[in-house]
Amino acid sequence: MKAMEVRLNVNGEAKQWTIAPGDLLLDVLRREGYFGVKRGCEAGECGACTVLLDGKPINSCLMFAAQAEGADVLTIEGVAHGSTLHPLQEAFLDHGAVQCGFCTPAMILNAKALLDRKPHPSEEEVREALAGTYCRCTGFRKPVEAVLAAAGAKR
Amino acid sequence: MSSGRTVVGHNVRKVEGVKLVTGGPAFTDDIQLPGLLYGKILPSPYAHARIKRIDTRKAKALPGVHAVLTYKNVPRVPHTTAGQAWPEPSPYDTYLLDSKVRFVGDRVAAVAAESRAIAEKALRLIEVEYDVLPAVLDMEQAMAPGAAVIHDEPDSKGIYDASRNIAGYILRGIGDVDQGFRDSDRIFEREYRTQRQQHCPLEPHITISWLDGDGRLVIRTSTQVPYHSRRQVAMILQIPVSRIHVIKPRMGGGFGGKQEMLLEDICGALALAARRPVKIEYTREEEFYMARTRHPQILRMKMGVKRDGTILASQLTVVATTGAYGSHSTTVQGNTGSKVLPLYRAEHMRFECHVVYTNTPVAGAFRGYGCPQGFFAQETLVDEIANDLGIDPVEFHRQNVIRLGDTDRLSAQLGEGKEGLPRIVRSCGLPECLDRAAAAIGWTGKRQALPAAGHLKRGVGMACTMQGSGIAGIDWASAFLKMNEDGSFFLQTGAADVGGGADTVLSQIAAETLGVSLDKIVITSGDTDTTPFDVGAYASSTTIISGGAVKKAAEKVREQVLRMAAKMLDTPVENLTCGDNRVSAVGKSATMTEIALHSMYKEKTQIMDGASHFNTDSPPPFCATFAEVEVDTETGKVRVLHMATAVDPGTAINPAQAEGQVEGAVAQGLGYALTEELVLDGAGRPLNPNFLDYKIFGAKDMPKLTTILVETDEPLGPYGAKSISEVPINGPAPAIANAIFHAIGVRFRKLPIRPEDVLRALREKETVADDQCV
Repeated sequence: MKAMEVRLNVNGEAKQWTIAPGDLLLDVLRREGYFGVKRGCEAGECGACTVLLDGKPINSCLMFAAQAEGADVLTIEGVAHGSTLHPLQEAFLDHGAVQCGFCTPAMILNAKALLDRKPHPSEEEVREALAGTYCRCTGFRKPVEAVLAAAGAKR
Repeated sequence: MSSGRTVVGHNVRKVEGVKLVTGGPAFTDDIQLPGLLYGKILPSPYAHARIKRIDTRKAKALPGVHAVLTYKNVPRVPHTTAGQAWPEPSPYDTYLLDSKVRFVGDRVAAVAAESRAIAEKALRLIEVEYDVLPAVLDMEQAMAPGAAVIHDEPDSKGIYDASRNIAGYILRGIGDVDQGFRDSDRIFEREYRTQRQQHCPLEPHITISWLDGDGRLVIRTSTQVPYHSRRQVAMILQIPVSRIHVIKPRMGGGFGGKQEMLLEDICGALALAARRPVKIEYTREEEFYMARTRHPQILRMKMGVKRDGTILASQLTVVATTGAYGSHSTTVQGNTGSKVLPLYRAEHMRFECHVVYTNTPVAGAFRGYGCPQGFFAQETLVDEIANDLGIDPVEFHRQNVIRLGDTDRLSAQLGEGKEGLPRIVRSCGLPECLDRAAAAIGWTGKRQALPAAGHLKRGVGMACTMQGSGIAGIDWASAFLKMNEDGSFFLQTGAADVGGGADTVLSQIAAETLGVSLDKIVITSGDTDTTPFDVGAYASSTTIISGGAVKKAAEKVREQVLRMAAKMLDTPVENLTCGDNRVSAVGKSATMTEIALHSMYKEKTQIMDGASHFNTDSPPPFCATFAEVEVDTETGKVRVLHMATAVDPGTAINPAQAEGQVEGAVAQGLGYALTEELVLDGAGRPLNPNFLDYKIFGAKDMPKLTTILVETDEPLGPYGAKSISEVPINGPAPAIANAIFHAIGVRFRKLPIRPEDVLRALREKETVADDQCV
């Protein structure tokens, strides 16, 4: 396949990458060192590869990198401000919501998209936001508590 | 239990938490190696076949292919993939690659190529001619005369009876069950069936292997058993242990599925053949059928009771299938007897089990390790007995369960693939677990509530379970600590944090013992070059066994610190105490930093020490699980409304992490009860190897969870700790089945309990009722 260029913003930085037309956004992000984007199923079922594309959560395993042309991509690496963690990141740590940590980036990004849109969600809305991310470790109680606490802290 | 303790018993943050919430490189795949090749395994399309002819010339000729392996060009060494202490009690019936394949997904060949696409193309270019053999898929047919023999190779070892497909056989007991049944007023006997459940770690199995500058084989892998893997790979690839370096980065979940040497051997073999770094990672589909599953079982449970509810005798007869290879075969099934029956104080117990081979995906270790199956049978039968005798199930449990000071004699009969050691209950919070979980679910009121009108019926049910904390007399661990100039300590341990937080718990134990804050402990774990031996993360052993080693090592180092401080402060050691990052006596003190600097640059002494640790007993954690369900009698759907789980883990070193273990186990237990089953077709092919068709519980599916820690002080555990990660997975299936019975009056004895099963049972019940009316 012929190589092509894609231009996009990742975590606020302008990037121009050489890709193959069939490259998945997941693979290109990992290749570029964004290891917080996880490969869990490559079928859009587990949500571990979630990134925010123009503020909306998407499965990067279901999207060609070329389709991100001109988009703003946010990965977990771009959520903290320098060494200052985002309230969601603080809350996940304080509530014991991180176990193995493999799905944590996806949960935090999904939660961030929710809180950006709706700063004071109900528990039901938090669960809806996390429904696209499978977690085999936590049973979801602590992640849900963490998101609600972060929303409270932001008030 | 945290009184006076500054680190243990506190909800400190996970030690590597910041890295995880910011997406820093942590896991096996979070590394970029120049020249990395992509490894791929050709899976067998047949459940049982001989490879008549295999031609790899076209694959080898494909540009970008650097290695192609078949049984013809690798060593043939019988081994087990079970990550267990040497000598492993599992049969040596597995080969790196073989001329026979024994399940759909078994290894036929492996390639390493420049890219995944080239590797996949190379697999398609391998020409294989199979002699397809009759397959044994049904475990009840496996031992029948005339059944195809799955392991007919002459060089396998340790198989109980290969000619009858019996991987292992267990018959053990105490007392005289026949006499016990004769003395009983009532005898109850039922059959139960459990399914093939998959671990579904979010991170599938992954291994990256390369040769370092000195030509040693490096294996970077997501494993619960770094040391066992090193030993096994050395044996299989016939290279010295000293030439292998296993690195366990962070693990993206394991749940027992990674207590297995699964990809390390083939990935290492490809790296050696290609002389390039090679990565093999399972796709989600491969993870479902080419990794491991929970052992499916058929259980026949019989109990004899007095009219007052006293259990006199219990007998459990099991047929289980280990799939095509005997990984963990007798040990998982041994647990089905040894950790389940002794929950009750019956004098007479008998456990018999045939573990059979079938041409199905390989079973292995899975959180609970044989107990979820056994407790499903035992706890639903006990509920049936209690109901039949008109005794409240909670009362029935109180009357019969094992108590503080009791000795579990069955464990002495039934150890890790051989005779074990007796188990003495030195700590027991089970009565309080029962009380508090019952109160949380609203047991008394809800048991007495009248059935609702309409199609939504509610019910509550419960179960009691126990587990172990490490394998008595077998599991052992070691730890090493050394002091740095800034008063911090490097803690090196072979323990393998599966994701549950072992690194944090072990660091807490070290910090507490040394009297320093948690940030003064820097842990390295699970690296065979730089950390001392540990059997690995399994059998709920890490907190008690690895934690025991850390505590001992820290105590020895604390002695050295105190002796050094005694010199500096000119004060006898016995007048000194460690705490608050310093050593203090009345009126004077030295900081850990001052002590370290003094020791290193004045005394020319490195403060350091290590210790090993094992136990001759496996203290049981206890659990009471209560469920409330709502059954839709029109659709058969069971909605779980509330799970209340009370666990006695001894001391909770980190209570928030301990709660997280309970809640994760309950989530997996809910799937086991209601939704999860890897289904095979008539040819042994998996029908649902993906997350759409194999349903695990997500954020919206989870019921309300109440988690209660009933802390006790276990004499054999560090700071009184036992274990917690496994025991809570045992209760949900029986508690839910019992709640369903309470709601609709129908017993379910097969897992998972699907809507169609509920609906069918309700129709049958109606038919019977109609017939009786006529």
